[in-house]
Amino acid sequence: MSNSNFTRRGLLKTSAMAGGALAAPTLFDGSVWADAHSGYLNAPTGSTVTLGFNVPQSGPYADEGADELRAYELAVEHLNGGGDGGMMSTFSSKALQGNGILGKKVEFVTGDTQTKSDAARASAKSMIEKDGAIMITGGSSSGVAVAVQGLCQEAGVIFMAGLTHSNDTTGKDKKANGFRHFFNGYMSAAALAPVLQARYGSDRTAYHLTADYTWGWTQQESIQAATEAMGWKTANNVLTPLATTDFSSYVAPVLNSGADVLVLNHYGGNMVNSLTSAVQFGLREKQVNGKNFEIVVPLYSRLMAKGAGENVKGIFGSTNWHWSLTDEGSKAFVKSFGEKYGFPPSQAAHTCYVQTMLYADAAERAGTFNPCGIVEALEGFKFDGLGNGATEYRADDHQCFKDVLVVKGKDNPTSEFDLLEIVEITPRAQVEYAVDHPMFAGGELGKCNPGA
Amino acid sequence: MDVIILQLLNGLDKGSAYALIALGLTLIFGTLGVVNFAHGALFMLGAFCAVTLQKILSLSFETIDPTKTDFLGNPAKIKTPYIESWFGPELGSSIIDWSVPLAILFAIPIMIGVGYIMERGLIKHFYKRPHADQILVTFGLAIVIQEVIKQFYGANPIPTPAPDAFRGSFDFGTLLGFDPNVVIYPYWRLVYFFFAALIIAAVFGFLQFTTFGMVVRAGMADRETVGLLGINIDRRFTIMFGIAAAVAGLAGVMYAPINSPNYHMGMDFLVLSFVVVVVGGMGSLPGAVLAGFLLGILESFSSMNEIKQILPGIDQIIIYLVAIIILLVRPRGLMGRKGVMED
Repeated sequence: MSNSNFTRRGLLKTSAMAGGALAAPTLFDGSVWADAHSGYLNAPTGSTVTLGFNVPQSGPYADEGADELRAYELAVEHLNGGGDGGMMSTFSSKALQGNGILGKKVEFVTGDTQTKSDAARASAKSMIEKDGAIMITGGSSSGVAVAVQGLCQEAGVIFMAGLTHSNDTTGKDKKANGFRHFFNGYMSAAALAPVLQARYGSDRTAYHLTADYTWGWTQQESIQAATEAMGWKTANNVLTPLATTDFSSYVAPVLNSGADVLVLNHYGGNMVNSLTSAVQFGLREKQVNGKNFEIVVPLYSRLMAKGAGENVKGIFGSTNWHWSLTDEGSKAFVKSFGEKYGFPPSQAAHTCYVQTMLYADAAERAGTFNPCGIVEALEGFKFDGLGNGATEYRADDHQCFKDVLVVKGKDNPTSEFDLLEIVEITPRAQVEYAVDHPMFAGGELGKCNPGA
Repeated sequence: MDVIILQLLNGLDKGSAYALIALGLTLIFGTLGVVNFAHGALFMLGAFCAVTLQKILSLSFETIDPTKTDFLGNPAKIKTPYIESWFGPELGSSIIDWSVPLAILFAIPIMIGVGYIMERGLIKHFYKRPHADQILVTFGLAIVIQEVIKQFYGANPIPTPAPDAFRGSFDFGTLLGFDPNVVIYPYWRLVYFFFAALIIAAVFGFLQFTTFGMVVRAGMADRETVGLLGINIDRRFTIMFGIAAAVAGLAGVMYAPINSPNYHMGMDFLVLSFVVVVVGGMGSLPGAVLAGFLLGILESFSSMNEIKQILPGIDQIIIYLVAIIILLVRPRGLMGRKGVMED
């Protein structure tokens, strides 16, 4: 006698179930759409989909925020089939058709980050909970980016970072639901250091003034490591409070410190004021150790450089993108933006426009707004035609890897927008780093959160 | 030693701004009894008087230059300031170059007018209200003023350079026997210090040596008695409000080349200036000046690397620390009078 439960009836039942399972995709075709568009937070049910643009509309970065918002509005116009389509025609992915995203018309709501972490989280939360935003994007500060990225991870929506340059955003504070197109402090340093060495030599002593918050710390750490690797010495690193307006007390000690380079790890108003103080104190006319004293601003912003006026002339720095680039993507974007608004876009506007396009494209390719589908579509995504050459969203940390621009303040500007000139386009390979690099270690990407 | 001299100069420079703003605050408090939280906004308005005059002098007409292109590839529009076409390129550009000193003349009537309107239009209605109400209304006014400025001028700092003649640095060290280029200090910051000293001396001289000033001082000491003598002290106090606004405005005009003006620069100075007033003694004009310079110097020294290595972060709290100590030791401040804000 056999103890086996195997019977002819059992075989038939098992076969029927297996066959049914295999046939399910075709038998239940109508439910596939429903499955793809439910089971996650703020799944759009009508004919529209809502994006949340969280930018500084008040506070010191309000002008940069206004430029971000212009770019977002342009992106929405292009996604919905309006205007000249901008970079949609140059984007290597052809998933976007100008009929919204997945056939749904794109609408948007805006929030004011005020460049304060708590205010930015509150406005993002409101857009997610009250307005049903499926994705949050924007910002002009790393402190804000880290805070909002954390919120989006907890809530279960995608965060497409705006202007954030701290290593931490895709380093120790990286999150599965967060993506950064903008470059970071490490990349700035890796691109700048060889240019500085070529111009100023290897026998230099640098004095750092550093904004006392996450971006300043990581920027300083990066540029110090990169310049020391090429032979420079570091005389001092002085942390300056973010609220400082008069930097004379911090600049004066530089005069007789023995340093012959001042590195200003400052952004925005801090950068304008510290650079102005340094120039007022005659540092640029000074000779130390038989060499001309030099000033370096690792992260440039054209909008902010305007505030420093003539003081930026000849000073090296780096930037994520510049309107004078001549690739087809940049030209298309500058044309769209310039014709609509009358002036060229900033790097903040560029990264925000590109992030919106990348999100929309990912949703189209994934066939869903489900954050986990978006994450899967963006991880390891390689693309071109968006202004930075060949680019990849690295799967391990959700950081975009691409060429970096080394720029310097233009000596003879031809217009009020013509403040920076591109000195070098540093190739991606030179600014790339391992995902477990010590400057980025300490955090876990975790798993995507669909929020429901 | 060179570092100490440099920080002393820095302290005097910072103290100049604190003293000028605190002087205006004290004038208003001493005369009208109003705690004016909009005073920082008046400093900012002064800086924007310099920005405005620079913009007015730079008003340009456009001509098309077919040989050049703009960022969209269209024929470039070349801007030429009207003033250069009227007076010639050399004189025209010199006038624009001197826009900040010229803005002093521009700012005085504007700031007195702004002060007068502020006082007559809003603040006089709050004389008999508690100080908390005065603080709320003037703070609200400050926010309104800065948002109006932001609406017109944007949020970014606007470069407003000093005349070319004052760019660069003065080699202070050679006067004191140091090697060349060891103790150098920007010309414009020295100008700012001497300008502040002049304004402070002018205000004190006005109060001390004119009949108007004598009446105001009498009113500050005993308003009721001066009123009983048939003197319209309210009108004089209104004028003093205008003068205080002008002092803050002039401090702002001359500060514009030091840090590019932006709409929130007044708020950056406001809290510090109130600390200066409290440390100096509420209602005491010499106290405000003394405390302004004292706290400016202390703030500068606390930024020294040698000090920060021993006490990290001291530069961020020094002013408040000193304020606490002085108020514990001398509750009325350095030169405060008995009875002020003690009822």
